Amino acid sequence: MELAVSGLTVRFGAIAALDRVDLEVAAGERRALIGPNGAGKTTLLNVIAGELRPAAGSVRLGTRDATSLPPWRRARLGLGRTFQRSTLFGQLTVAENVALAVRARIRSSWRFWPAREPSVRDEVTRRLEAAGLHHLAGRRVATLGHGEQRILELELALTAAPSALLLDEPMAGLSGEERQAALNRLLALPREVTLVIVEHDLDAVFALAERISVLDHGVKIADGHPAAIRADPRVQEAYLGAV
Amino acid sequence: MIPGRFRSRLVFLLGLTLVLASVPLWAPRFWIYIATQALIFAIFAMSLDLLVGYAGLPSFGHAAFYGVGAYACALLAIRHVDGLVPLLLVGAVAGGVAALPIGALSLRTSGIYFLMLTLAFAQMLWGLAVNWTSLTRGTDGLIGIPRPTLPGLDALNISLYERGPFFVLCLVVAVAVFVFLESLARSPFGKTLEGIRENDRRMRALGFPTFRYRLAAFVVGGAVAGIAGSLAAMSNGFATPDLLYWTLSGLGLIAVVVGGSRSLVGPLLGAFIVLFAQLGLSSYLDRWELVLGAMFIVFVLFLPRGLVGLVRRA
Repeated sequence: MELAVSGLTVRFGAIAALDRVDLEVAAGERRALIGPNGAGKTTLLNVIAGELRPAAGSVRLGTRDATSLPPWRRARLGLGRTFQRSTLFGQLTVAENVALAVRARIRSSWRFWPAREPSVRDEVTRRLEAAGLHHLAGRRVATLGHGEQRILELELALTAAPSALLLDEPMAGLSGEERQAALNRLLALPREVTLVIVEHDLDAVFALAERISVLDHGVKIADGHPAAIRADPRVQEAYLGAV
Repeated sequence: MIPGRFRSRLVFLLGLTLVLASVPLWAPRFWIYIATQALIFAIFAMSLDLLVGYAGLPSFGHAAFYGVGAYACALLAIRHVDGLVPLLLVGAVAGGVAALPIGALSLRTSGIYFLMLTLAFAQMLWGLAVNWTSLTRGTDGLIGIPRPTLPGLDALNISLYERGPFFVLCLVVAVAVFVFLESLARSPFGKTLEGIRENDRRMRALGFPTFRYRLAAFVVGGAVAGIAGSLAAMSNGFATPDLLYWTLSGLGLIAVVVGGSRSLVGPLLGAFIVLFAQLGLSSYLDRWELVLGAMFIVFVLFLPRGLVGLVRRA
């Protein structure tokens, strides 16, 4: 699913968190969003996902103008996302967390009687095995370590089988090994899935991204192929040089 | 759930039902009356647990639906509508219908604001019950509500005007409500509610229209509270504005917290404790509220998961 925003402006009080931002991501493209802290990256994801209403501008998902759609409708159009801070169901088990995502996709949540749901159970097992979380299936999520929560965070978004996926710092706080596993999981995504990834781990960014957009103080200052972005002096000044 | 734990829970529930079913055989008449009131209150508390425990909605106006159910049942019964099932149904429908607009407005907020809004709406309905005297007879209430007949019982020479049979009727309804709410909690719908309670934002990001689920839970909770209200009207023979008053919503919340939310059995036990404190202790102690209040404080501070949590820990 292609994804486009144009003229997007978001203000928090007097501060413009986003200032007339345009972004077009083609279907199946892997796009990275980079920029210093406070550049507006998460704000941009929140606007695309529908959690924030922009003061001006529009959001398009596929062929549909999504500017006024609530988050759940955008999710049903095929938009998935992960959160910067793991946003899970803490008192439920790992398996129950994934089961919720499965039911969201197959839309079987308006059943008022206990159901055996063999297909849900099978998929939960399969997904937990693929994510390497199978041994934790019965554990309450609140008792998991940070790395395990990040992996589950990603798995919840993938379970929805999105056609476009917004990832907010999926690598943050992961160990080297966990990073590699997460990266492999993303690289193995079907080709047609559109990916927008906000990430500070530039190795991961350059390994994944086909194009990179750079935000600074709410303004998009560059947009292009990774090699061009690396060489762009404005980008180096605003961001890369500071690393 | 582990099968062993599941079995012991089932054994406990069956045992509890049998003990309760035997109450009319050995208990003094006064205590049968109190146990009847406790069962009705337990249905109310279980319906509140669906909101508080499962859906994470701290409603402080639940008595509204109890009272509306009671008045609906009373208005029909004094106009010579007979029959147990229609009278219970009208309570359920009235409770659910009242819950729909109140939920639709209150659920736009959450937390303390939700609590205050539900309280405010319930007090408005209480005001309506007091002031709409042509329909409700104001603070005098509707009196002389007959108890219904049930086909078949007459042939057996059993009358619901007797305490024993009426108690058994309440027990049957309470068991049915328990089974219904327990099924609901275990259904895909119930699991979705739990997800919404844990993380509304994530549920929306996954594609769940969370507002609709919460509203559905609110309406179902209101309908079940309306059934309890119907039984209360039949039991007391009158319906007064007290049934909608905020103190009853408060007592319901105390029953849920003391018994342990998110368990259904907990609120049931909690309802018995509250009712025994209210009706049992009050015949010995003037200030029974002091005892109940102290108990509430102890539970909130030291046993936040209630009686059920205590058993689970043991």
